[in-house]
Amino acid sequence: MSVKSESIQSKKDSGQDERLKKISPLRVLLNRPELGALGGSILVFIFFGIVAGDTGMFSAYGTLNFLDVSANLGIIAIAAAMLMIGGEFDLSIGSMIGFAGICIAIPAIYWGWPLWTSIIFAFAMAVLIGYFNGIMVVKTGLPSFIVTLAMLFILRGATLAITRLITGRTQVPGLRVLIEDDPIAWLFATDTFQWLFTWLGSMKLIALRTDGTPLATGIPPSVIWFIALTLFATWILMKTRYGNWIFASGGDKVGATNVGVPVGRVKISLFIGTAVASTIFACIQVLDAGSADTMRGTLKELEAIAAAVVGGCLLTGGYGSAIGAALGAIIFGTVSMGIFYTDVDTDWFKVFLGAMMLIAVVFNNYIRKKVTETK
Amino acid sequence: MMSEYLVQFNNISKFFGKVIALKDVTMKLKKGEIMCLLGDNGAGKSTLIKTLAGVHKPDEGEIIFEDQKIVFDSPRDALDIGIGTVYQDLALVSLMSVTRNFFMGREPQKGLPFFKTFDIEKANTIAAERMGQIGIDVRDPSQAVGTMSGGERQCLAISRAIYFGAKVLVLDEPTSALGVHQASMVLKYIVKAASQGLAVILITHNVHHAYPVGNSFTVLNRGKSMGTFQKKDISREKLLSMMAGGEELDKLEVELKEMDRIENN
Repeated sequence: MSVKSESIQSKKDSGQDERLKKISPLRVLLNRPELGALGGSILVFIFFGIVAGDTGMFSAYGTLNFLDVSANLGIIAIAAAMLMIGGEFDLSIGSMIGFAGICIAIPAIYWGWPLWTSIIFAFAMAVLIGYFNGIMVVKTGLPSFIVTLAMLFILRGATLAITRLITGRTQVPGLRVLIEDDPIAWLFATDTFQWLFTWLGSMKLIALRTDGTPLATGIPPSVIWFIALTLFATWILMKTRYGNWIFASGGDKVGATNVGVPVGRVKISLFIGTAVASTIFACIQVLDAGSADTMRGTLKELEAIAAAVVGGCLLTGGYGSAIGAALGAIIFGTVSMGIFYTDVDTDWFKVFLGAMMLIAVVFNNYIRKKVTETK
Repeated sequence: MMSEYLVQFNNISKFFGKVIALKDVTMKLKKGEIMCLLGDNGAGKSTLIKTLAGVHKPDEGEIIFEDQKIVFDSPRDALDIGIGTVYQDLALVSLMSVTRNFFMGREPQKGLPFFKTFDIEKANTIAAERMGQIGIDVRDPSQAVGTMSGGERQCLAISRAIYFGAKVLVLDEPTSALGVHQASMVLKYIVKAASQGLAVILITHNVHHAYPVGNSFTVLNRGKSMGTFQKKDISREKLLSMMAGGEELDKLEVELKEMDRIENN
């Protein structure tokens, strides 16, 4: 706390004679939305470093474990954050994950499609559903909360009904054998840098199984996707015209329209973005588990929004960052896994999640006031 | 032969169903002229602005710009030929930086196709330079617009319209939300813009702000123009009485004396 108040003080003091190109890095940081999430994740790591430092949580295997969970959440959190910056919500993310899962599994298992065609089919469906969400919100002017809440029920219901109709059950197993030799599936199912882990294992630097292979076999695909999407989203938001349009659309819809920003198109594309991110999430999980489950992704939309909010996105739109959402996802992923390494009962995780979100919202609100304060 | 007017709005009428929002409104502007459009609430000012800005299509009448008859299909068309409208809400996003606001919707780009990036350095330079010309020292063009004063925001919005090629500037109540000091800063800037050859339509219901800067005055009442007057032909008091309607003048006069007293203090 003392660090924060000090830096704000120094900002005020130096504000008088400050000139162009003489902005302190501290001030730049203070103006960034991800400040809170950065502080939060540092605290989380310090906490687990002290409480669970000697338990194996930070071994190669343990680290990859919590990174994998963080990364999965991060993939959807980043898309949710971009949509929130654009001024809308998507509550159908979780249902979209379940729906995308069966879009992959049913054609591949029951209709004999090659796995890659069913993956493309799932992405095509995602684009359609995202487009539908977007066009409904833009054309009717209804709150996206309502439109996507409806889609949450429709997609989950359709997933369950279609799966039971075709397969007679609620799970579709048997995908694992199809992954090998598939031209696309490896994108979502390959551990990378395996040579590195094999080498580390041979040097006895990381834990080994009894048969001599390393316990951690490589970087899971979720982590690669997570990093790539964080960089991509940050590039879009900070460095492109489209990024400026996202901020403008969320910040002031009418104003943005008046100066020529195609607000409708921006919002529709962001809805497609969340649906596609949900499908990436589904691909990774379905191919990892080897089966699609109709309940997969339940409540993920709320976790994604929570991560985005902890990462500094304002619920009212126009403010936030992809890196912040990524850090928010890391906080949740780390705590949800780290809690196993402590003596704390895992039931407390949701309490933490809720408390973290409340603190984040209060903090963000304060920051917004600071940012928009008139001289 | 070029006519002496840069832009002419001839006999503009606009109906919404049975409601006559505007009837036979005519305005003509020369380069460098500031015309004040005065009218009480409900006089039809908003409808007229939206017609000038291309949001509404007039049901009758014609718009002549640089001797050519123009039909606007969208606000974009009006912008493209050089009619820049600054709305009352300014179309500024307070959470976004000065630069990002300045170039909102028209960001300069650089780089290869498909990898084009928003040229922030160039944008920062231009934004700071343009704001500097108005005498607003933007210490840091990446600071949020929310940190600027009302007058500075107004000037930013006007400066943006000029930068993007406005020849005719339509300003909707630019001083209504401002204090005396801020208002005079904005008015000064408007006069400066006009002196550089722009035609300015200044929409306001505040005669005290309009009278010192205007060259001519058009009074709108209940959707109809009560005529256009050159400054030398009309007094401040006469304008006021036309705007408000005769019977309310007495009441107003008392209040205005009070206002004058406060403003002069």
